[in-house]
Amino acid sequence: MDRGAGMAFDEMDGFGRGPRSAYQKAARWLAEAPPDLLQARSRQAELFFRRMGITFAVYGEAEASERLIPFDVVPRIIGGAEWNGLEAGLIQRVSALNAFLKDIYGPQECLKAGILPSELIRTNPAYRPEMQGRRPPRDIWVQIAGVDLVRTGEDDFHVLEDNVRTPSGVSYMLENREMMMRLFPDLFAEYAVRPVETYVDMLLASLRACAPQSAGPDPTIVVLTPGPFNSAYYEHSFLADKLGAELVEGGDLFVDDDVVFMRTTQGPRRVDVIYRRVDDEFLDPLTFRPDSSLGVPGLMAAYYAGTVTLTNAVGTGVADDKAVYTYMPEIIRFFTGEEPILKNVPTWRCREPDALKEVLSRLDELVVKEVGGSGGYGMLVGPAATKAEIEAFRLKLIAAPDDFIAQPTLALSTAPTLEGGRLVNRHIDLRPFVLSSPQGVTVAPGGLTRVALKAGSLVVNSSQGGGTKDTWVLED
Amino acid sequence: MLSRTADSLYWTGRYIERADYLARILEATLRLAAIPTKTGTEAAIWAAALATSGCNCMEGQDLSDGRAIREHLALSVDNPSSIHSCLTRARTNARSVRTALTVELWEAINGAWNGLAEQGRPRRSDEFIDFLQWVKGVTLAVEGATSRTMLRNDAYWFLRLGAAVERADNTARLLDVKYHLLLPEGERVGGQFDYFQWTTLLREVSALTAYRWVYRDGVKPWLVADLMVLNRQMPRSLASCQASIVRYLDRLAVDYDRRGPSQRIASAQMQQFEGADMEQIFQSGLHEYIQGFLHENDRLGAAISDQYLS
Repeated sequence: MDRGAGMAFDEMDGFGRGPRSAYQKAARWLAEAPPDLLQARSRQAELFFRRMGITFAVYGEAEASERLIPFDVVPRIIGGAEWNGLEAGLIQRVSALNAFLKDIYGPQECLKAGILPSELIRTNPAYRPEMQGRRPPRDIWVQIAGVDLVRTGEDDFHVLEDNVRTPSGVSYMLENREMMMRLFPDLFAEYAVRPVETYVDMLLASLRACAPQSAGPDPTIVVLTPGPFNSAYYEHSFLADKLGAELVEGGDLFVDDDVVFMRTTQGPRRVDVIYRRVDDEFLDPLTFRPDSSLGVPGLMAAYYAGTVTLTNAVGTGVADDKAVYTYMPEIIRFFTGEEPILKNVPTWRCREPDALKEVLSRLDELVVKEVGGSGGYGMLVGPAATKAEIEAFRLKLIAAPDDFIAQPTLALSTAPTLEGGRLVNRHIDLRPFVLSSPQGVTVAPGGLTRVALKAGSLVVNSSQGGGTKDTWVLED
Repeated sequence: MLSRTADSLYWTGRYIERADYLARILEATLRLAAIPTKTGTEAAIWAAALATSGCNCMEGQDLSDGRAIREHLALSVDNPSSIHSCLTRARTNARSVRTALTVELWEAINGAWNGLAEQGRPRRSDEFIDFLQWVKGVTLAVEGATSRTMLRNDAYWFLRLGAAVERADNTARLLDVKYHLLLPEGERVGGQFDYFQWTTLLREVSALTAYRWVYRDGVKPWLVADLMVLNRQMPRSLASCQASIVRYLDRLAVDYDRRGPSQRIASAQMQQFEGADMEQIFQSGLHEYIQGFLHENDRLGAAISDQYLS
């Protein structure tokens, strides 16, 4: 096998000592599979995804504005015990995030206790002063979280970032599984893979449980999308379909006397829960950006009046900001009284002069990220960048150090991946999805495994040419 | 159902129907233009095709170039009514209401859009005819997926309603451009070329064989007009289209338990066809008749939009 990825931990072979237990059957199967089979299945999958229109839009590219996310047919496998540890860590982390938000928009005990500097909140572009002193229906802020994990060793999982605004990718978790069951039904007979299909039911139950008091026993739930030109539009329509909810755009909704309605062919219909895939700033032109045509005038007034639930709540972005991220271990200790189960990646805060100096001297070996950025846009991967890129970035960093953090280039784990008919090792990460409601916090057993398809590349984002894999969590 | 969803479904229906109609017009025009005639006629034939499409967006361009018109109607991305644009818009609309469609119907529409890229740009006439065949196949697949897999609920009625309104509009336009060919007996006796035009007109709407079955007679212009305006067996006749519109609107009224202006306008229009005969229509003027129909059809479209789509 082309190791290509240096000495990274491999999900199948560990550090080269033969198949790890979760992979034993898969390793045998991969070794015995006829050479053309995987390639043929891979082509079949691509054909199917294209026919179904499972695509995403790439911003800034007029030509290929609708692309397929490449799908790799070799699954990523996680053992049952291994998963239990991750699950406990995720539940702890998301519980702390919810408690943190409740506190930030409430008494701000954590700022008073000096857990993190208060200007980090005050000056944070994702902080919403409008929400100060307010509570969303049922007091749940982050109903849906996607937590990005990377692995560097047998027991070394790190949280790379928390996504608690409008995390995407869950449709790929579900579609990839659907595809694998279609392509390799025999494998599922041999393996006890925990089902991810239950995610939709969990999500529906969670959304219903977060409906406002005023909603009846059967609340009306809608999915709010920016529209067909959004990069994740396929996912929005997919989720609406699975939830049996209407997929609405801003223009489909209106607010009358602090109550939200949708325009239907049979007249106005009251809406109780909005699973919104529209960013805060675009929700309501009366409160936020007046130029937003994606939002609903008066929506925030209805939200304040408590007649409608927004999922996730407004203002959650302050918790997944990369600058706040660096304080997560302290935040978890403060709110749960426990040691964090999942580690953070060691991070330099460029806002601190000593850290900045260190980062500037090591730009060629670090990953530098914008604190407010996402999707792999606007980041520097030192070891992969040219001298010119590094120097250009150096100027940006010096000009606004507060806007950046830096992390060591982690040797992300690799997993066997099909390339041109043979298996190669490529770096991967994992985004599990975590749901919170008054009934508790749950994690779908699986997630989205993203894979950097270029040899040696560490950037897994789909907007930067990454692919996806099905993620199997085994029933031990 | 969301009004916007209904609107997208309605327009999906319209665009697919229009793509099909354009493919048929182009096919017939290619055939007509292929017969040897005096110079100048070919350009006139293509100009007529352009007029028939209801598109007046080639202003200032050379209308004697059949190839340019052909490209414009079939493949242009600048012409909002080209086959290319229709299939693209149908797909954009369908994509925005993906959840209201069955997997089969979505795959048929999305497949048409994917296929556009694979078809490339046909150059030679034979390639062009293959392209038109492909378009007709695609619209048939969409039609089949619609009728075989969609639940008979409001989503289905809106799709169908859009197609019926578009079809009525297309037939009326086609008749209006060619009405001078369809004058009553005695006005003007057609030569060989006229005869060819009438049969082509029938081919354009896939009705040449139907004509022979219905009238068991040689092709006569006033009978062609009768077939296209009043004959209820002919699915593209104005009367049939109107009957479909009334039927779909009635189904919506039943599902929603409310009749509104669009139901009233459509029924009143249908009354016009009851007991009408071609003789009378010719006497008051076929052109005026068709203009009146187009006007009423627009009014109905606006009423549907008011009542359901906004």
